[in-house]
Amino acid sequence: MSFMQIKDLNVHYPIRGGFFNTIVDRVYAVDGVTMEFEKGKTYGLVGESGSGKSTTGKAIIGLEKITSGQIVYEGENVTNQQRKRDSAYNRDIQMIFQDSHSSMNPRKRVLDILAEPIRNFMKLSDQEERKRIKELLAIVGMSEDVLLKYPHEFSGGQKQRLGIARAVACNPKMIIADEPVSALDLSVQAQVLNFMKDIQNEYGLTYLFISHDLGVVKHMCDYISIMYKGRFVETGTRHDIYKNPQHIYTNRLLSAIPNIEPETRDERKLIRQKVEENYQKEQHKYYDEHGKVYPLKSISDTHMVAMSGGM
Amino acid sequence: MNTAKYLLTISNLTTSFRIKDTYHAAVDDVSLSLKKNEVLAIVGESGCGKSTLATTIVGLHNEVNTKVSGDIFYNNQNLAKLNEQQFNNLRGNDIGFIFQDPLSALNPLMRINEQIEEGLIYHTKLTKQQREERVLELLNQVGIANPKRVARQFPHQLSGGMRQRVMIAIALSCKPTILIADEPTTALDVTIQAQILDLLKTLQTETETGIILITHDLGVVAEMADRVVVMYAGEVVEEAPVQELFNNPRHPYTRSLLNSIPQTHSENERLEVIKGMVPSLINLPREGCRFSGRIPWIDASSHETKPQLHEIAPGHFVRCTCWKHFHFEGEEGGGTV
Repeated sequence: MSFMQIKDLNVHYPIRGGFFNTIVDRVYAVDGVTMEFEKGKTYGLVGESGSGKSTTGKAIIGLEKITSGQIVYEGENVTNQQRKRDSAYNRDIQMIFQDSHSSMNPRKRVLDILAEPIRNFMKLSDQEERKRIKELLAIVGMSEDVLLKYPHEFSGGQKQRLGIARAVACNPKMIIADEPVSALDLSVQAQVLNFMKDIQNEYGLTYLFISHDLGVVKHMCDYISIMYKGRFVETGTRHDIYKNPQHIYTNRLLSAIPNIEPETRDERKLIRQKVEENYQKEQHKYYDEHGKVYPLKSISDTHMVAMSGGM
Repeated sequence: MNTAKYLLTISNLTTSFRIKDTYHAAVDDVSLSLKKNEVLAIVGESGCGKSTLATTIVGLHNEVNTKVSGDIFYNNQNLAKLNEQQFNNLRGNDIGFIFQDPLSALNPLMRINEQIEEGLIYHTKLTKQQREERVLELLNQVGIANPKRVARQFPHQLSGGMRQRVMIAIALSCKPTILIADEPTTALDVTIQAQILDLLKTLQTETETGIILITHDLGVVAEMADRVVVMYAGEVVEEAPVQELFNNPRHPYTRSLLNSIPQTHSENERLEVIKGMVPSLINLPREGCRFSGRIPWIDASSHETKPQLHEIAPGHFVRCTCWKHFHFEGEEGGGTV
């Protein structure tokens, strides 16, 4: 059973203008997103920049004000307006940021960075806190002599691992990972991904994995949602999305992934051009007259596609 | 040197940066060449010296803190020995450069048409009228739908993909014979990336430009390159035609890199990881095989004391002899290749 549901989440930004600075229009950054999360699974959120995937993540954790919609966590409505600072939700949902460097206070030592969530949510004595921090460092495979170092003394991969250590400090149920490996080199990316999988298996974590890299998402995620202009165009299991993509936009994204087989690149280029042509021609069938994505319709138990009523 | 066959020939190029009064080589004794109408990809992780190599070719380094030795032959000129004045005649005219981050490479206070025109004013004798026509032609060429409007806009009004197209237009404005693209698509979405790569390929076949493509994305390499140079810690460790490199990688570094791509793995499988990290400039081991520290399970005797590039198949070069004995950690064997 899912432990957390998101119902019809909307984040709209007002555009102000005119004589009295009234609201003249809105940007629909997230427009009616519905998701469910089960324990121990990884959910991928894929889309191009500006599709609203990061905003969705931030809205769930409470960094973005929700215009309307509900977040239900273990049967309790935790939509951000009525949440208390030390609520269980705040402790159980944590986030890993894309740019780990700018997400850490440059004047704090590793010790204090890792202690912050512990001091916020767990009432531990100084010795217990030390012990917990040492445990955390062991989990992310770093030695204890980094405790007194500052963030700038670490490489990108190490910083990202510290970011993960901070996120798991209070035994969360779910981690929102916003492009956690986009800024990393291939081999370091592999390290971080492996490591994220390890702690998931060990602690039964749920991930919401936000990324634009379809290769990484394929490797990591059980369920994938493709996002376009604040709305889902297709959701399904990994198999549904990669083996049986239905929406024209999903097809376009998939055909654009570079492949590491140089022999077939000319073929792929032709396919890509065909998909692109098709996309330009048939676009109107998949979006309504305002360019908005249609509501999702189930085509199998796990697979949902945005289609117009007639299709 | 056979200059008719090669557009650009780099031999024994070393670029060193000064750190506290000692010079450390970021590019160490690199030799390579670029043919006409060829895409040469330079691959490696960050800190391998691939961007330093590119900026050295066009002389973007400060003479006070950088020492360059070796030769870069282009058109019977040695670029490593040119002064700033001579370089100015070359940059933007014969050699175009596409930077990774178009927003910081474009001038935020100049309209797009002025920025594209800049090179034309400097390098050509076109009249104002002709220049304006050329700007629109270029914008059209790089696939911008509404060139007249875009020409009058400022960089901040354009999307990332559009800005990168403008960068390409600038690089192509004087019909260069060599185009250096430093991570041209790293900051872009996959769909835009596919468009930009297709565009570069089309333009290249039209104009017969030689392209040096610098990237860390092996997918992009497989889509674009004709020949690939793999760099590690400032050195070329492997050089091969693109199909040969992907089907028959030899150097441990190349094999490890290919092995860490999520795509090559079946789902849920653990990714292969390269132990350790790229050494920093100061801590770089200058003697012996530079990759040996990251494959400690390989016996020290399989490395050469002074690793050289060996030609193991036509056009396929590998540094050091350790590839013959290399196997991934935990695997059995070695010496079976």
